Amino acid sequence: METGKEIASTLRTHVTRPVTFMHICGTHEASIARTGIRTLLPPALKIVMGPGCPVCITPQGEIDAALELADRDVILATYGDLLRVPGTAGSLESTPGEVRVVQGIHKAVDLARKTEKEVVFISVGFETTAPTVAAMLLTDPPENFSILSYHRLVPPAMGWLLTQGEAHLDGFILPGHVCTITGYKDYEQFPVPQVVAGFEPEDILLALLMLARQIEKDEHRVENAYPRAVNREGNQKALAVMYQVFEPCDVEWRGFPVIPGSGLRLKEEFSCYDAVRKFGITVRHVKKHSACICDRVLRGVADPTDCRMFGKACTPRTPVGPCMVSHEGACKIWHQYKVKKVI
Amino acid sequence: MCIAVPAEVIEIKDGNIGLVDYGDLRQEVRLDLVDVQVGEFVLVHVGFAIQKLSREEGLETRELFKQVYAAMEE
Ligand code: SF4
Repeated sequence: METGKEIASTLRTHVTRPVTFMHICGTHEASIARTGIRTLLPPALKIVMGPGCPVCITPQGEIDAALELADRDVILATYGDLLRVPGTAGSLESTPGEVRVVQGIHKAVDLARKTEKEVVFISVGFETTAPTVAAMLLTDPPENFSILSYHRLVPPAMGWLLTQGEAHLDGFILPGHVCTITGYKDYEQFPVPQVVAGFEPEDILLALLMLARQIEKDEHRVENAYPRAVNREGNQKALAVMYQVFEPCDVEWRGFPVIPGSGLRLKEEFSCYDAVRKFGITVRHVKKHSACICDRVLRGVADPTDCRMFGKACTPRTPVGPCMVSHEGACKIWHQYKVKKVI
Repeated sequence: MCIAVPAEVIEIKDGNIGLVDYGDLRQEVRLDLVDVQVGEFVLVHVGFAIQKLSREEGLETRELFKQVYAAMEE
């Protein structure tokens, strides 16, 4: 990472006052932790994690609703990352119900075609993933197929963090693969420095440098440090497919209140694929009562190591909160790469 | 979850399915979200191609690095 080191040393000359940048992507955190980028940074520059892990921001009530379905005679299909997320009573891994891990929704639809049983796909993910789900629903899946739509949109949460959040944020590293789909036009509404970043350490360092230079010049705009995959307009075809099937709705995120327009629900024409309606289940708000601080980690105001259960009562084998389960969860990543708090 | 991996499209089959090559592995992926041809590069996420990647865009990133270096030397 020669180029990386050069960028890092230039970065030092551009950061002249304390600044905090947030990323909103578990894959960015994994790259930062794996390559030890934080140790190369000037002490005045802090990178915090935001609500960038789709599994982690799925609130307890939605996990419980999925567990409730597991008790009925259905096959639940989902990504492996969700299996161990603790619900109020157990997890998908511990339920006696039938749960299958699939690569994507298309495999869940294949499953439904081969069985008489009801197949429910637990559909989590940001704008990167939602179009894949919409595309499959447009292929006329069989009647015994439905989804729990737990999708979330990134910009409304960013808006919330900027206006209501307790973290003081000077800039954002925008999620490269979300922006692959959405472009970055929509982010121009936020009056704060933002740079779209890829996932190589050099990509991230470059984004940090671009942010630092905006701050130095007292500017704010959206710059693109990942042009090999991202353009301003995004993937128009994927966006059209997504909005043909889904419409925005108001939903709660773990660690956040209900954020207007931050979720995706199926449009009326596709309501036959809505598992909530089909099985008459309710998604309840569940009050948090454990000492897990995932909520604060997701809002960028605490580090995993601030949690007194980190690496003790809570490990990837015995996860207490979702951030220790998902490959994109900050606690799991810090545990895996043995990240120590930089003070 | 938002991991996406570049791959080259080597065959396009019926029903919006394509065979792609990651370098060391070949796999069928869904092509519903992109218009691609054999020989083009795509980013693959949860079994779907989500965007085309052109060689030029790759080169552009390199160009950007160069610009940054030029700016550093100012
Ligand atoms: S270490 Fe475990 S209990 Fe603590 S915040 Fe992370 S997931 Fe929650």
